[in-house]
Amino acid sequence: MNVALVIIFATIAISAGVGIFAGRRQKMNLENWTVAGRRFGLILIWLLMAGEIYTTFTFLGASGWAFSKGAPAFYILIYGTLAYTLSFFILPALWRVGKRYGLHTQPDYFIKRYDSRSLGVCVALLGVFSIIPYLQLQLAGLGFIVEVASNGAVPSHTAILLAFVLTCAFVYTSGLRGAAWVAIIKDVMMLAAVGVVGIGVPILYFGSPGKMFEALMAKMPEHLVFPGSTPDMNVGWVMSTALLTGLGFYMWPHVFGSAFSAKSDKIIKRNAIIMPFYQIPILLIFFVGFTAFLVIPELQNGDMAFLELVNRTYPPWFMGFVGAAGAVTAMVPSAILVLFASTLLAKNVYQAGFRPQAKEETVLRLSRILVLVITTFALFFAILFPNELVNLLILGYDGVCQFFPGVVLGLFWKRVTKSGVFTGLGVGIAIVAFLILTGRDPFLGMNAGFVGLLVNGFLTVAVSLNTKPRRLDTL
Amino acid sequence: MNKRGPKLALLFAAIPFLTLVFALPLVNRLEPVILGLPFLLFWILLWVVLTPPLLFAAYLCEKKFNRGDEGGDE
Repeated sequence: MNVALVIIFATIAISAGVGIFAGRRQKMNLENWTVAGRRFGLILIWLLMAGEIYTTFTFLGASGWAFSKGAPAFYILIYGTLAYTLSFFILPALWRVGKRYGLHTQPDYFIKRYDSRSLGVCVALLGVFSIIPYLQLQLAGLGFIVEVASNGAVPSHTAILLAFVLTCAFVYTSGLRGAAWVAIIKDVMMLAAVGVVGIGVPILYFGSPGKMFEALMAKMPEHLVFPGSTPDMNVGWVMSTALLTGLGFYMWPHVFGSAFSAKSDKIIKRNAIIMPFYQIPILLIFFVGFTAFLVIPELQNGDMAFLELVNRTYPPWFMGFVGAAGAVTAMVPSAILVLFASTLLAKNVYQAGFRPQAKEETVLRLSRILVLVITTFALFFAILFPNELVNLLILGYDGVCQFFPGVVLGLFWKRVTKSGVFTGLGVGIAIVAFLILTGRDPFLGMNAGFVGLLVNGFLTVAVSLNTKPRRLDTL
Repeated sequence: MNKRGPKLALLFAAIPFLTLVFALPLVNRLEPVILGLPFLLFWILLWVVLTPPLLFAAYLCEKKFNRGDEGGDE
């Protein structure tokens, strides 16, 4: 048994233990389980939101993009910052509505604001449809990291199975609170790993990050400006993608829902102010990708850049540490994804769609059972079709962005109507699906989701102005 | 209700959008290298780091001009 293995297994087990412990002594009702009883202060909210943003995709994807695409990877730095800036205005208003009406999920909001259960069911189904590939990507990422970090000693399927049975356990018992507590471990380990590698490798190979960039600019200067080493990711693509993903980020049902877990609207507002600092580690992840570009140019798979460089540079126990950090980094967002997917199905599809008279305990019990069902389903997909769902993820991201007009206009504009939102959302989704599935993304140099959002926003406003708004005494 | 606070706040919050999205075509270049970073990356990083102070300024604006409108639930 090697030391890397011990570190990986111990971390996974301790994390699950902490997650289960977090829910001890909590009387579980639906509000406590999904939004932690609305009691999170600044630190837990920050950790939770950071836990959702920093996924395995950030870890491997950001370094992979810096390695294989170059400058277009910078959009990751940009879109997060835009998302937090927007959240400064959107989330506190949303939180107040959520508090007043006891909302737990995104479809809850649509049902309340537009007085339409059918709109809620549609939003819930679209949300779940978008979450599943995201979850599957986390599973696959976890398996990949652990397998590489343990030098093949732990096959990917074993790692996925073990980590997800344990994740399931703490989501089942502790709900969102469990995820927030595990996020503490995840953040400390991930920041340590990124700090050591991101600062370490440019210094070890070149003397300093500045010298690394000098070498890169001598070897291939065009890698560091748009479109980098890609044929079609020019400035227009970066601008539209950063805008779209920035607008869309808080439209993910799980991110949206976790905003309700804050103690007050002020906490949410202050959180938005400090969130951009969390982008700085991404710079270090880019350093790793760029160093790999110079040191191991022969590498075929960009996603391997981070791990391969660590493997060449650091002792095996540190590789184990990175593997462990990668595993927890997948577990936290997955926990939140599973939790919200199951609440969406139980509360907004089953209860709102079919059984309005269902009791809250029934909904909670059903949500918990669905945690097991959804995890099993995602596991099954991750093992059988490891690569098929990546395209669905792009579709999912561009899809959830289409909620933006309904959410934001709903908060700040009294004239917006149910028909307007239905029309905009429907057409927006149709455009996105058409452009992506027929291979027309990017369209006219712009991100397909952005094209959909423009039409969607226009239609939402136009149709709203021509239909009667609902009475405004409730919101 | 005084609307000046929220308006000023929106103005501050518009800055990251201007610098990090709309200014990109103008800064898509390598030179000058600042702090060892190629200019494009330096520019992006600069505005990422400056966003929290900008949002804090927006926060103060809302607070100053708009007492009583925000945060009734705390």
